Amino acid sequence: MSTALSIRQLSKTYDNGFQALHGIDLDVAEGDFFALLGPNGAGKSTTIGILSTLVRKSGGTVNVFGHDLDREPAALKRCLGVVPQEFNFNQFEKAFDIVVTQAGYYGIPARIARERAEQYLTQLGLWDKRDVPSRELSGGMKRRLMIARALVHQPRLLILDEPTAGVDIELRRSMWSFLTELNQQGITIILTTHYLEEAEQLCRNIGIIDHGRIVENTSMKDLLKKLHVETFLLDLKESQLVAPQLTGYPARLMDHHTLEVQVEKSQGVTELFRQLAQQKIEVLSLRNKTNRLEELFVSLVEKNLAKGAQ
Amino acid sequence: MNTTYLNSELAANWVALRTIVRREVRRFTRIWPQTLLPPAITMVLYFIIFGNLIGRQIGDMGGFTYMEYIVPGLIMMSVITNSYGNVVSSFFGSKFQRNIEELLVAPVSPHIILTGYVIGGVLRGLAVGFIVTLLSLFFTKLSVHHLGVTVLVVLLTATIFSMGGFINAVFARSFDDISIIPTFVLTPLTYLGGVFYSITLLPPLWQTVSMGNPILHMVNAFRYGILGVSDIRIGVAIGFMLLAAALLYGVCIRLLVSGRGMRQ
Repeated sequence: MSTALSIRQLSKTYDNGFQALHGIDLDVAEGDFFALLGPNGAGKSTTIGILSTLVRKSGGTVNVFGHDLDREPAALKRCLGVVPQEFNFNQFEKAFDIVVTQAGYYGIPARIARERAEQYLTQLGLWDKRDVPSRELSGGMKRRLMIARALVHQPRLLILDEPTAGVDIELRRSMWSFLTELNQQGITIILTTHYLEEAEQLCRNIGIIDHGRIVENTSMKDLLKKLHVETFLLDLKESQLVAPQLTGYPARLMDHHTLEVQVEKSQGVTELFRQLAQQKIEVLSLRNKTNRLEELFVSLVEKNLAKGAQ
Repeated sequence: MNTTYLNSELAANWVALRTIVRREVRRFTRIWPQTLLPPAITMVLYFIIFGNLIGRQIGDMGGFTYMEYIVPGLIMMSVITNSYGNVVSSFFGSKFQRNIEELLVAPVSPHIILTGYVIGGVLRGLAVGFIVTLLSLFFTKLSVHHLGVTVLVVLLTATIFSMGGFINAVFARSFDDISIIPTFVLTPLTYLGGVFYSITLLPPLWQTVSMGNPILHMVNAFRYGILGVSDIRIGVAIGFMLLAAALLYGVCIRLLVSGRGMRQ
């Protein structure tokens, strides 16, 4: 399988002296669904900005499907579709015109552009709104409009920067299935998101960036294997005044009916339930305190922060 | 680089150019009460007040009635302000709303981006110039002395001021910045550019100073095309305009390639 994106020693220092990227390396295989995660200000948007040529790199190389950013920028741009974090379309233009105009910028003749605009606006549930000025669309519709616009030249690599930010759960799930469908059709997707559940559900591989450095770049499966401890919340039937003594399971009461317990993967939960049963504590339900990926993400970022402080 | 690749790149850029021009025309025709109507009303007022009421007291100028004398200048004035205004507001608007990024992420050559905006500005300048010319026919008879000069001068002037508007928009950071140049530079230069008078009426010193005003050259060259009279040599005026257009084109392309105010 060929490489969709190859980044080597990519660095960026802004005019004000802030170094956003410290020579990162990143590879994304063709057909992958890749999550690029990181806290705010970690360098995700700078990386995407460089790929889309809106931010100038200070050093390093970027290659998309064999096209070098410095030598073949036009060919690289044709392979790439970017959905930015902020709305960046003309607020007075109609949704249909925005998509058709974008196709024109890529040299797509008007007839084909209109057909594709209809196709993507329909797929994204916006066809009814085609003649509505974009400023009158809801936040979720504006996000979908940006996806339709990014797809109109049929890129091989689609980069989405927080595509579901501020989108309600129902719509988010429909966007997930749309993106999964695109990926199954062969489009490589890179996704940045703050919803770690989203990354875990959709992406096969993951890169975590923090303070301008890649701190993890692996498959989702391998990353989740690194999670040694999971935190569970147990809903208790009877009210408790103090947390029960559980050997090998650090626990604390969140309130009289909720017990937070840390469980090491090697231990499992069978022994936990045995001890609880012994103490005649009935459990009504059990749930993860946070998403598994979120737990890992926080620990990785905290580790990196501690390293930086040393 | 093979011929097929070159041809496909050319074809793609041609489609992109048409797209930018179509979008620009759609913009200024959609907001016609802000773009096409006001200059028409303003110029009708000029024709009535300066041409008719005051002009009758002034008498002839350069061998023509005052109305005949000021019509070419007023047409040129509307072409200048509208071609400049179109590009400065459209390009700055794109920067402000960030939809300029739609163009920057696409494989469009800087030459195509500039040409597209300039054609948009020229078309609005010509549209307003045409409306003003039609309106002037209600007040005076108009015949064209030299069609080639008239067309060349109006195209060059609209092109120059479209590029001027583009440069203004690149440097502008707020809406105030796009009104400073039209208010404090363009308007005084236009009023002092021989629209309403022949510079032969000025003392010698001010005649010499006026020669440094680029708009004087454009207005007089256009007046030569329409009436056949000019305060300056027509060849010098056209040469000056060609040079200015070439220099401005170079500056605009440099700004676009550098990404100033557009790329970080």
